[in-house]
Amino acid sequence: MKVSLTVNGRDHVVDVAANTLLVDLIRSRLGLTGTHVGCDTSQCGACTVHLDGRSVKSCTMLALQAEGAEITTIEGIGTADTLHPMQAAFRECHALQCGFCTPGMIMSAIDLVQSANGTLDERKVREGLEGNICRCTGYHNIVKAVLRAAESM
Amino acid sequence: MSETGIGKSVKRREDLRFITGRGRYTDDINRPNQAFAVFLRSPYPRARIVSVDPSGANEIEGIIGVFTGKDLAADKLGDLPCGWLVKSKDGSDMKVGPHPPLAVETVNYVGEPYGVVIAETLAAARDGAEVVVTEFEELEAVVALDRATKSAQIHANVPNNLCYEWALGDADATNAAFAKAAHVTKLEISNNRLIPNAMEPRAAVASYDAASQEFDLVTTSQNPHLERLILSAFVQLAPEHKLRIVAPDVGGGFGSKIFVYPEETAAAWASRRIGRPVKWTAERSESFLTDAHGRDHLTKAELALDKDGTFLGLRVKTRANLGAYLSTFASSVPTFLYGTLLAGQYRTPAIYVEVEGVYTNTAPVDAYRGAGRPEATYVVERIVETAARELKIDPVELRRRNFIPPDAFPYQTPVALEYDTGNYGASLDKALIKADYTGFAKRRADAERRGRKRGIGFSCYIEACGLAPSQLAIQLGAGVGLYESGEVRVNPTGNVTVFTGSHSHGQGHETTFAQIVSDKLGIPFENVEVVHGDTGRVEFGLGTYGSRSLAVGGSALIKATDKVIAKGKRIAAHMLDASIENVDFAEGAFSVRTSNQKLTFGEVAFAAYVPSNYPSTEEPGLSEKAFYDPKNFTFPAGTHIAEVEVDPETGAVEVVSFVAVDDFGHVINPMIVEGQVHGGIAQGIGQALMEHGVYDEAGQLVTGSYMDYCMPRADDLPNFTIDTTVTPCTHNPLGVKGCGEAGAIGAPAAIMNAVTDALGVVDIPMPATPERVWRALYRA
Amino acid sequence: MYSFDYHQPNTIESAAALRADAEDAVYLAGGQTLIPTLKQRLAAPSDVIDLAGVPGLTGIEVKRDSVTIGAMTRHAEVAASPEIAKAIPALAFLASEIGDAQVRNRGTIGGSVANSDPAADYPAAVIALGATIHTDRRSIPAEDYFKDLFETALAANELIRAIEFPVPKRAAYRKFPNPASRYAVVGVFVADFGGGRVRVGVTGAGPCAFRATELESALSKKLEPSQVDNVEIEYDRFNSDLHASAEYRANLVRVMARRAVAELLAS
Repeated sequence: MKVSLTVNGRDHVVDVAANTLLVDLIRSRLGLTGTHVGCDTSQCGACTVHLDGRSVKSCTMLALQAEGAEITTIEGIGTADTLHPMQAAFRECHALQCGFCTPGMIMSAIDLVQSANGTLDERKVREGLEGNICRCTGYHNIVKAVLRAAESM
Repeated sequence: MSETGIGKSVKRREDLRFITGRGRYTDDINRPNQAFAVFLRSPYPRARIVSVDPSGANEIEGIIGVFTGKDLAADKLGDLPCGWLVKSKDGSDMKVGPHPPLAVETVNYVGEPYGVVIAETLAAARDGAEVVVTEFEELEAVVALDRATKSAQIHANVPNNLCYEWALGDADATNAAFAKAAHVTKLEISNNRLIPNAMEPRAAVASYDAASQEFDLVTTSQNPHLERLILSAFVQLAPEHKLRIVAPDVGGGFGSKIFVYPEETAAAWASRRIGRPVKWTAERSESFLTDAHGRDHLTKAELALDKDGTFLGLRVKTRANLGAYLSTFASSVPTFLYGTLLAGQYRTPAIYVEVEGVYTNTAPVDAYRGAGRPEATYVVERIVETAARELKIDPVELRRRNFIPPDAFPYQTPVALEYDTGNYGASLDKALIKADYTGFAKRRADAERRGRKRGIGFSCYIEACGLAPSQLAIQLGAGVGLYESGEVRVNPTGNVTVFTGSHSHGQGHETTFAQIVSDKLGIPFENVEVVHGDTGRVEFGLGTYGSRSLAVGGSALIKATDKVIAKGKRIAAHMLDASIENVDFAEGAFSVRTSNQKLTFGEVAFAAYVPSNYPSTEEPGLSEKAFYDPKNFTFPAGTHIAEVEVDPETGAVEVVSFVAVDDFGHVINPMIVEGQVHGGIAQGIGQALMEHGVYDEAGQLVTGSYMDYCMPRADDLPNFTIDTTVTPCTHNPLGVKGCGEAGAIGAPAAIMNAVTDALGVVDIPMPATPERVWRALYRA
Repeated sequence: MYSFDYHQPNTIESAAALRADAEDAVYLAGGQTLIPTLKQRLAAPSDVIDLAGVPGLTGIEVKRDSVTIGAMTRHAEVAASPEIAKAIPALAFLASEIGDAQVRNRGTIGGSVANSDPAADYPAAVIALGATIHTDRRSIPAEDYFKDLFETALAANELIRAIEFPVPKRAAYRKFPNPASRYAVVGVFVADFGGGRVRVGVTGAGPCAFRATELESALSKKLEPSQVDNVEIEYDRFNSDLHASAEYRANLVRVMARRAVAELLAS
């Protein structure tokens, strides 16, 4: 079946089997491997992307469900030369180590900041990131980075 | 000092690719014409394989082949070895149950692979795996660790499922100490089984070139050269020079990616068999079932004290679960990495430890962050805290009375190690201030008013990092050396490519190693590139584990850099017409002490490659290698202080404060070191309060997903208060000790001492889940 | 995931017809339970009928004495709705506690109620508030709706259109999340409709959400946290698993009820 969607501002029409997950379309068909798969029970959040601006787990959606949607992945928010404030804050605060959970974490954090309307504090950031598991950082610096990015977003 | 030199919190250069989604992990790599592998896994903890009928799979479109352990055996592939031969106290060798990469006759844990389905697509391989019909004859499984030696026999050559009975220390002296003790504290504790859960699941992409007979295996490894050595020398997949192993970006390891596993072995073999690249990526469920688990000890410990609270002796008996097979370093973890650490930070004069290594029908157990040392610290720090409570001595005071004093170093412990340096009181003092120990009574009273029980717990841990030295370890059964290699290759234009045998999977070596080499050479940080994780590019290496990378791998680079500078001096001396003794090297320039003549590092490098005005005795080029074999372990140590509050109605435990003051010797990049400590503490808190790998009585893993295995999330943890003290390591050129495991080693005891303090109980088993805590209160 | 045929109908009627005609079809709402189930190959439907394109299934309508939420309304929308926050703040709070942010951005109230996971949050509110489940063919009162583990009064191809919640005088929800999965080990929703009419819905403890009638009668006499202590919580039929025994769940019912009442009184 065909699905038409916009990914990182580019329109795509992709022929997929009905049982194709959105994350597989993103990784295997579009070659955007920044979005990761860290579990098979929809809990680790490594696959988080934005669907029409809101964070979703791309491993928990069929590709066909994204018909007409605007998808943004980690590759679509900034480049090495022009980092998104959240990317910059993650680097600045050493909020990543192995980097595997990082794309999902950043995508969740951006939605968290955007939908919080300036009311974030440490507790809210910690609770807001419960859908993303990191094994390296103990979250300490991730929380710091999100609060820092929130100041400049 | 430059802004990017030693001691500076340089931002990590690897971050740019990770935060922009340009990391390159194994599953991101695809080969033309690749096929996909899905493994056939045992649904039983122990069974005989009667027959495997692949006919159903062969009818599915896209199936290329179904292979079993028999196919690998027919190709004469060897067993997966255990790299450390431990001897029992009677002098006999440990008993090794045979461990074929894919099971042939019997399966011995749920999830054990016995076959592999290769197909054109992943979906077809999955479909195929589902319809392979395997007939098993179920056998009685050995699951409970406490009864394992009196159960069915798993391996024909291992009576009572006993791999070894190892002992260390002076039994007579220890018994004598207990005989004269004024007080004996006894404790029976367990150390819960953990599942490592690096966020990137294990994966492999294997290719075989029939023309050159070369394998190219990309895999999630912490030590690709070791993988190559084992696949070549033991498994006999291919000669070493025909095997290239690449570990690209690796998403965390924590020990679990040190080991050589069945899956990458079988994928590589299959790529030769079918003549096409083969790709395999674990699903998280497979990771839970088959990544080597960690910990899982049952321990009885006794501490003898005199009437003043001076430690006289420590007696420990531990049963360690090794799982169904000996994983790559499994045997060394509950022995050489555990028993040797039981002196802790104390002058306990007599220590005796016995360890039974036991097989069970569970996933293999091997090194997981800390590996043996968290277990040792847990025993020592829980029993010391318990003794303090029994004797009504302040736990801080009791520790202080028994610390090895700063002037006693080097200090020979009764359990084989010689600590080179340390100042335990200094870490403790700093931690007490950071934790505001004097204010604790008031905080506890405040909590009481809010209906919550507050407790404080201490953990003064020691660890031994950078396993060493090679000769001694090999005498003690190690199958590999414990050195590290490094190469500093100066390019003609003066920039530098550094090759290290260490492997970075989150530790930031690309930054730290560039810091030390650029600092040493006095050249810009940007001019140094670090290459690792590729046996085709790096000469040799033993990889990253045991907090060894900087202490051992970094020292190798210092050694190689020293050689570069020495050769540079010889070249500069010739070019400047000076004697070598008069040539100095500082801040990136060779200068002559007796004149104002100077050559930059770049000028000398260029001369080495375009040798016109050049010493006739020197070979052209400027590239040096070094192997660094450490003389001793390093001994990081520190004090961790946890404060918890218990909700007595639900049993929920909240970690309200966690202070860690660690002595890692000199610190190259404080930012990275703090990050390592944070992550370690989180895993330690996870062990104490949340994580538990649980098999039911039937041998099924019931914590096989994130629905049931409780991973710490952001809202489970507090901000951490981190600080350091410094006593430089005396025997490596950087004076560094290693920082990767400290958090995971120190934290569990600190947390559990705090929880038991809050509850007023002697012990509750880890993890202190809400129901366990609630029951402890309910009982009391 | 096994293969299946995918449909995106644009009317309720065509959705129902597709489901009736197919061998073994499932409706797909937010997919936060269904997709993981399919991924694990725990279900093999012949057809998946995506309700995203069916008009009239979303939206929030707040009247003086009722709040009606379309079946395809996402948890995040309920949590962020100022109208619901005004009418039944406890319901908005409950929605904000479901799963995690990503789940709330996809998961729907209709999907949650149709699935009737024993540890889902919404059923506690549906029960306690005495909601009405409006389907494509009838209206089902909450009491008649939850039957057993993953079992409801819905017929095989019946489709939830909306859920209508009566507005209580005040209400509160407290849950004790499973530390691993974040589902409710126990969740208690207490609603005070005034005049001594108090209703209590419990999720997580049993095979499906249920009314805690003993708690209700105790709290109807006097709406105070201490009233909870006088009630014996029977736990013979409670769930018991790795994370919580039935006995511990009974304790949590009491504690969460007490806390919900305290919260309700403070509101």
